[in-house]
Amino acid sequence: MDFNDTPEEARFREEAASWLAENAPTDDAFRALSPLEQAKVWQKRKYDAGWACMGWAPEFGGRGASAIEEVIWRQEESQYDLPANFFLIGQGMIGPTLMAWASDEDKARFLPPLASGEEVWCQLFSEPAGGSDLAALRTRAERDGDDWVINGQKIWTSGAHYSDYGVIVVRTDPTVPKHKGLSYFYVDMKAPGVEIKPIKQLTGDSDFNEVYFTDVRVSDSQRLGEVGQGWQVSLTTLMNERAAIGGSFGQMDVSLAMSVAEEVEIDGRPALEDAAVRARIANWYVQEAGLKYTGYRSLTALSRGALPGPENSIGKLVGAPKMQAMSSYLMDLLGASGAIADESLAAKAGIIQRAYMGAPGLRIAGGTDEIMANIIAERVLGLPQEPRLDKGIPFNEVPTG
Amino acid sequence: MNFEFSDEQQLLREQARGFLTEHCPTSAVRAVLDGDQDWDAALWQKVAEMGWTATVIPEAYGGLGLSYYELAIIAEEMGRSAAPLPFSSSVYLASEAIQRFGTEAQKSAWLPRLAGGECVATVAMAERAGRLALDRLETRRSGSQISGTKVPVADASIAEVAVVLARSEAGLEACLVPLQQAGVSVEPVLTFDTSRGHSAVTFDSAEAEVLGGTTINPEDWESLLDGAAVLLAWEQLGLAETALTQARDYALQRFAFGRAIGSYQAIKHKLANMYVKNTLARSNAYYGVWALAEGSDELPLAAATARVAAIQASTYAAEENIQTHGGMGFTWEFDCHFYLRRAKLLSLAIGSEAVWQDRLVSALAAQSAAA
Repeated sequence: MDFNDTPEEARFREEAASWLAENAPTDDAFRALSPLEQAKVWQKRKYDAGWACMGWAPEFGGRGASAIEEVIWRQEESQYDLPANFFLIGQGMIGPTLMAWASDEDKARFLPPLASGEEVWCQLFSEPAGGSDLAALRTRAERDGDDWVINGQKIWTSGAHYSDYGVIVVRTDPTVPKHKGLSYFYVDMKAPGVEIKPIKQLTGDSDFNEVYFTDVRVSDSQRLGEVGQGWQVSLTTLMNERAAIGGSFGQMDVSLAMSVAEEVEIDGRPALEDAAVRARIANWYVQEAGLKYTGYRSLTALSRGALPGPENSIGKLVGAPKMQAMSSYLMDLLGASGAIADESLAAKAGIIQRAYMGAPGLRIAGGTDEIMANIIAERVLGLPQEPRLDKGIPFNEVPTG
Repeated sequence: MNFEFSDEQQLLREQARGFLTEHCPTSAVRAVLDGDQDWDAALWQKVAEMGWTATVIPEAYGGLGLSYYELAIIAEEMGRSAAPLPFSSSVYLASEAIQRFGTEAQKSAWLPRLAGGECVATVAMAERAGRLALDRLETRRSGSQISGTKVPVADASIAEVAVVLARSEAGLEACLVPLQQAGVSVEPVLTFDTSRGHSAVTFDSAEAEVLGGTTINPEDWESLLDGAAVLLAWEQLGLAETALTQARDYALQRFAFGRAIGSYQAIKHKLANMYVKNTLARSNAYYGVWALAEGSDELPLAAATARVAAIQASTYAAEENIQTHGGMGFTWEFDCHFYLRRAKLLSLAIGSEAVWQDRLVSALAAQSAAA
């Protein structure tokens, strides 16, 4: 075993690294732009040089790169302090859906500007009444000539306020069982009747929105898949979700825990000398290293041409609760001053407090801990689904809370 | 990135699994657990014929001169079948100690016989309850004689020789002590896993030979334990995988309230937790065997990480496998308890969880200080 690239991978890494060295923006003018503007400038620069959406076919703006090449690119790109990726959902989840289900005309129209960052997309799936049970969604679309008229409400929509387009799954037939009455469209987020309201999270930030649809008209040509086939189309989007959301847990890692435990004292000695503290740190390291080397094993499989499978669900399932447990415990070590969030006064500039407040969101977004455990149990271990009381029952006859 | 076993090594895994499925069914484990024997001697002969006892012993001493990758694979399969064999004592510990610390003459005398499985060797470390303290051992070597008591010593009743950790005026030593001699008494000690024999071994001016003819650094002994920790981690991973497979199979076939219990989220989540712990343990075991096989200076960290992960995964899987089986899991008749016994037994050998958590953090601190 070794951690080395194959000769081809090494050549590719070298090419990527040298392009990044010459082109990654660092100038003050760039830094003065808003985060979204920075992201768009950087994405366009990558697109023009063939480094955007590399796995996509050339006619859609990619270069037909392999999965391992995409990973190598991400590793190299992550060494630079670059703007947040505002295109993750569009490029990671919606692009593959358009490729699988859209007309050739729409693919040619929408995929290149999605790859270049000139157009941003969002995903309109979750609803107040349909989260983990997504197919229980109630937003409806009714046929009117060549158009459909959409009414209802979506929620938890990341980036709706700066998106140009969105994909939406709606109920087109409430008289059939829930999975069979859905259809899938793309919508213009600037269309009349679309209203976007930011949600203030418990962190005080607003990363998500509520999106209200009031008599929003979309053309039947904006439908992906057949009428009633919306669930299958949605699965294409969702299959790409775990890959797009990934397992980034910021700076809450064991090296931060070690550093806090070295600085904080218990009975006049560094906390790092305390057996109970050491046991906790060791357990987190077991999780952290376990995920890292699971990643290396997946990369090896990718490098040999395999596809990523449901086993990758463990990244978030382990990482998010770990982030919560670690940040909670490190605040305990800080004692009463663990409550201080003021960046100028708090230990580690408030990273720990922010992580603690953000962790509940990570345990929910993109599939709750419980749903991730179900995925492992059902798709990896082959256990049966829970019986469903709404199975085979027309949607409009299913009891609701 | 090439973080995977080679095709030849995968082939060895299939071969080992097939062999143990045939020659070490659970009835073989049960026979030792129920009977008066401390091991399955016939199985040991077959395992030796397969060359497994010779895996990493150099060819010059009658071994196969293969790598720790091959030995890790065999260790996992040994665990998967809960083989009632002194494999960890003889192969991961005693053979390694002789190879690492022995003189040319000592290696020539013992390694070929250990490689061929003609004899079993063990290591005697613990003297009393609590954490092993290398600087406070009471077993003493003076001249060519050794005195003291070691308890418990795994597999001593079937071993021809023990590597006995002792002190002399010069310091810490590992002594080769043949067990069939007048100055040695080996008394059985009942443990909760009678599929592996344990003894109290008393040395009363027994003839002893110092390995390498000189003292050993405590760090070198700990490094030997690092290697054993990696191999034990693989063996425990095998136990954990069997426990998960049993729990999964039972959850599919056992019905309650009109449906398979595996359809209840309480059971699914339990099994998903087992899978997660097993996956983390497997990936950390890869890290461990990589460090061991490549002679990396990350071995102390990798070994401790692999060991802690494997202790946690194997005891959790064994405990929750029984829980998944309900009352039947608590019976002698069902096999679930084999894995509980062995997982916990191996968790207590060579330092338990807290010892290795402590070593893990020490290794992390050393690595960050060096960086």
